[in-house]
Amino acid sequence: MTAQELVWRIAGGSGDGIDSTSQNFAKALLRSGLDVFTHRHYPSRIRGGHTYVEVRARPEPVRSRGDGYNFLLVLGDSFARNKREGTIYGDERVKPLTENLDELREGGVVVYDTGMLDEELVAATDLEERAEANDWHVYPVDLQAIAREHGRDVMRNTAGVGVTAALIEKDLDHFERLLEERMSGDVLEANRAVLRDAYEQAEAFEFGHDLRVPSGDHEEEQALLSGSHAIAYGALDEGCRFISGYPMTPWTEVFTLLSKHLPERGGIAEQVEDEIAAVAAAIGASHAGAKAMSGSSGGGFALMSEALGLAEITETPLVLVESMRAGPSTGMPTKPEQSDLDLVLYTSQGDSNRVVFAPSNTREAYEQTRDAFELAYEYHLPALVIYDQKLSGELRNVPVSFFDQEPSPGLPNTLTEDALDAEPTDGRFHRYRHEDEEASTGVSRRSIPGQRGGHYLASGNEHHPTGHLSEDPENRVAQVDRRAAKLDAIRERVDGGPASHQTYFGPETAEYGIVTWGSQQGTVREAVARLNEEGHSVRGVGVSDLAPFPVTEMTEFLESVESALVVEMSESAQFRGLVQRELGAYGDRLDSLLKYNGDPFEPREIAEAFRASVEDHEFDSSTTTFVPATSD
Amino acid sequence: MSVFTAIDEDRELDEEDFTPGIEPQATWCPGCGDFGVLKALKGAMVELGRDPDETLLVTGIGCSGKLSSYFESYGFHSIHGRSLPVARAAKLANPGLEVVAAGGDGDGYGIGGNHFVHTARENHDMTYVVFNNEIFGLTKGQTSPTSPKGHKSKTQPHGSAKDPIRPLSLSLTGGASYIARTAAVNPNQAQEILVEAIEHDGFSHVDFLTQCPTWNKDAKQYVPYVDIQKNEEYEFDITDRREAGEAMYEAESALYDGTVLTGRFYHDETRPSYHEEKQSVGELPEQPLAEQYFDPDREWERSLELVENHT
Ligand SMILES: Cc1ncc(C[n+]2csc(CCOP(=O)(O)OP(=O)(O)O)c2C)c(N)n1
Ligand code: SF4
Repeated sequence: MTAQELVWRIAGGSGDGIDSTSQNFAKALLRSGLDVFTHRHYPSRIRGGHTYVEVRARPEPVRSRGDGYNFLLVLGDSFARNKREGTIYGDERVKPLTENLDELREGGVVVYDTGMLDEELVAATDLEERAEANDWHVYPVDLQAIAREHGRDVMRNTAGVGVTAALIEKDLDHFERLLEERMSGDVLEANRAVLRDAYEQAEAFEFGHDLRVPSGDHEEEQALLSGSHAIAYGALDEGCRFISGYPMTPWTEVFTLLSKHLPERGGIAEQVEDEIAAVAAAIGASHAGAKAMSGSSGGGFALMSEALGLAEITETPLVLVESMRAGPSTGMPTKPEQSDLDLVLYTSQGDSNRVVFAPSNTREAYEQTRDAFELAYEYHLPALVIYDQKLSGELRNVPVSFFDQEPSPGLPNTLTEDALDAEPTDGRFHRYRHEDEEASTGVSRRSIPGQRGGHYLASGNEHHPTGHLSEDPENRVAQVDRRAAKLDAIRERVDGGPASHQTYFGPETAEYGIVTWGSQQGTVREAVARLNEEGHSVRGVGVSDLAPFPVTEMTEFLESVESALVVEMSESAQFRGLVQRELGAYGDRLDSLLKYNGDPFEPREIAEAFRASVEDHEFDSSTTTFVPATSD
Repeated sequence: MSVFTAIDEDRELDEEDFTPGIEPQATWCPGCGDFGVLKALKGAMVELGRDPDETLLVTGIGCSGKLSSYFESYGFHSIHGRSLPVARAAKLANPGLEVVAAGGDGDGYGIGGNHFVHTARENHDMTYVVFNNEIFGLTKGQTSPTSPKGHKSKTQPHGSAKDPIRPLSLSLTGGASYIARTAAVNPNQAQEILVEAIEHDGFSHVDFLTQCPTWNKDAKQYVPYVDIQKNEEYEFDITDRREAGEAMYEAESALYDGTVLTGRFYHDETRPSYHEEKQSVGELPEQPLAEQYFDPDREWERSLELVENHT
């Protein structure tokens, strides 16, 4: 039987080129007409340590990492080597092989490098038994020798790709072309020779498996991008021209991308001394008329808390991104989790207003970053994009034409000098006017420092319309109400309005619901499709508007189903807490599926939990949670 | 179409132009040194012919932070210790602005110490005025980083065990290219120094001794000061880091013994400002960022051009 899909896992030590090899492999499959999706798993180490990347490919759209995988390429061991002394740290000789077997599907393929992995050591593992029990097809190949013969040791990964191509019966065209694009001269020739030799050697094997991946056909040109690329590009298209930051994984991906591209486009990128300076700088730049953004991950974002409130009360437009990883504290730097939700929603003191979007995939990351800029600059408030390590690094194909969108620079609700002339004034410009027509949307138009006739005081203390400190009770109430009115105006746009960011999937009249947010949406979507195929009646919703929260939409959804499972990567069910807090009811209809072991969900886990919830009535109280066995 | 029309150079300015006519009276205590800073700053602006519309005054939190409330210009009253990153980014976004940041010794040398060192290091073209009253004023008299060792307050009832910070030396080590100390009790010198500091292209740090009659009656800011530029005994080369460093060390040690040395300590006109450095590596646009958004004819590059790298 021809496989429905290929899920190729390449494993080895970090620093072995796993990342770049998998990217190119994914690109080659993409160019052959398939849809692709990558999932990165790596330890918090620079060299050595076990790491893998999965590339899932099939002719239909791919929305998640899938369940397990069916092709394992073990590129090396997971030692860190000191080249000069040949020193080896730790005892990880066969780890990339043994560590990865649990999720290999029945009938799967294993290729390992006998040049790197000692055959005797491999024989001492339970590989053979397990292969027999699971109908795995194991192909030991001396990739190192092939690499050495035509070039250098490091070309082992090219050899691995060559072997893979033969075993999945894809011709070498796309792989060769990618080599040509990346290299030239002797290096290209050597790699080409390695690729071909490995291909030919593997072709000569007697195949016990069938992993011919069906070929696909894209109607239009596709590009392979991660969530971080999409956020950076969305920001560029909105005219973002200032970024300030301090490195922290995984936020660094957005920060480095814009550090490269902003100066090339007449913008400014600043690596500053800490996250407090980063957010303060973005506020300063935005105040001075630049479209600005900053961001961080958990700990760094926590440091931004106070300044977030400063942006809120001074009504300075600001875009912040929070790229979640497992916490608390430094937690697990390279593993995803969704447990910074409460931090992002509620951090900073006082009654404050902010917009929060949670994109679930590359396209949404682009769109919602643009929307965050649009709202921040139209309403003069902070808009946050929260996503996680999974979305930040996963590559997915999107048609190039998707990015063919008009840029939208410009500073809405900002006065020109001529318009400022016409403003009522008694010495200073009334930046924080709360009378008359502005009350409807709450927005009071601003001037930019340097403009004639526009000076005012932007103060973090409560202030009069001119910005002067004021504790006058009437003015206080008027200012608080006006700032809150902005959120009401935005709520109308997003909650069931034209700019709703929720995604629904499954039949509208379904009996049961599954609710999720952010990066887990694609996985839930796949599980919902599967459950409906099985005969269940399920509808899913991926929520992206976190603030203002889509109360109307969610009420409608929960009223349409008997009960719903809330799926999220956190132990304390923060998202479910948000739903219940915002709706003030429906807690009795909700069950939680939580995972917090550092690995995102697989569709099968969600389907299983759903079956347990619905069929076995394992959940009947609002507080029961179900933790799949894999999340130890 | 320009966002910023050129400021009228011939306009006659006086202190009234920097005095807001509408806000409540200053809430500083009678006799507070902060009045001296306000007066000197207004005087300096008039002398320099700066216009309130081309000036951005960013303040921190504290009695000192209220400066922006009593001074007429674009103002940004930020949060405790964070005025510098706000101010320097505003300057990067619009280099045409005259940017002045101000805060207290707690604000600038305590909670904002990290930003202070790094702003000096980068040599941003702006002026930083620190109201040094050796005490936390607004929160009612706690020990500050410049309070003398042994100083007793409600939070250090047994006397501070810490040596005071050395702000001038710290600034020099950090990389500031103009460093001076003046005092509220010496309005003429204060104004002269502020004029020089604002005119200087690079990070100017002015440690401004201010008296806090309410919480810090013992402070040495009351005693007669010595202007080091007018006293032969303290002759040194203010362009020489080493000599400047020695003079600062002496001034900082002497302060707590009752000898108040004020004046210019360091002036390096050769060090390029951060703007120049950043422009030289191609990381700063020629045009202020705000100009770009108001320019309808501007061609905006699109991310679509970058997406080609991903196919
Ligand atoms: C994050 C934070 N911590 C503490 C405070 C309280 N606070 C306000 S002003 C101040 C000290 C100000 O002292 P200083 O900077 O010396 O200024 P002064 O009032 O003496 O002018 C403190 C601790 C605050 N506003 N924010
Ligand atoms: S408390 Fe001290 S610093 Fe504050 S206003 Fe009064 S005298 Fe000035």
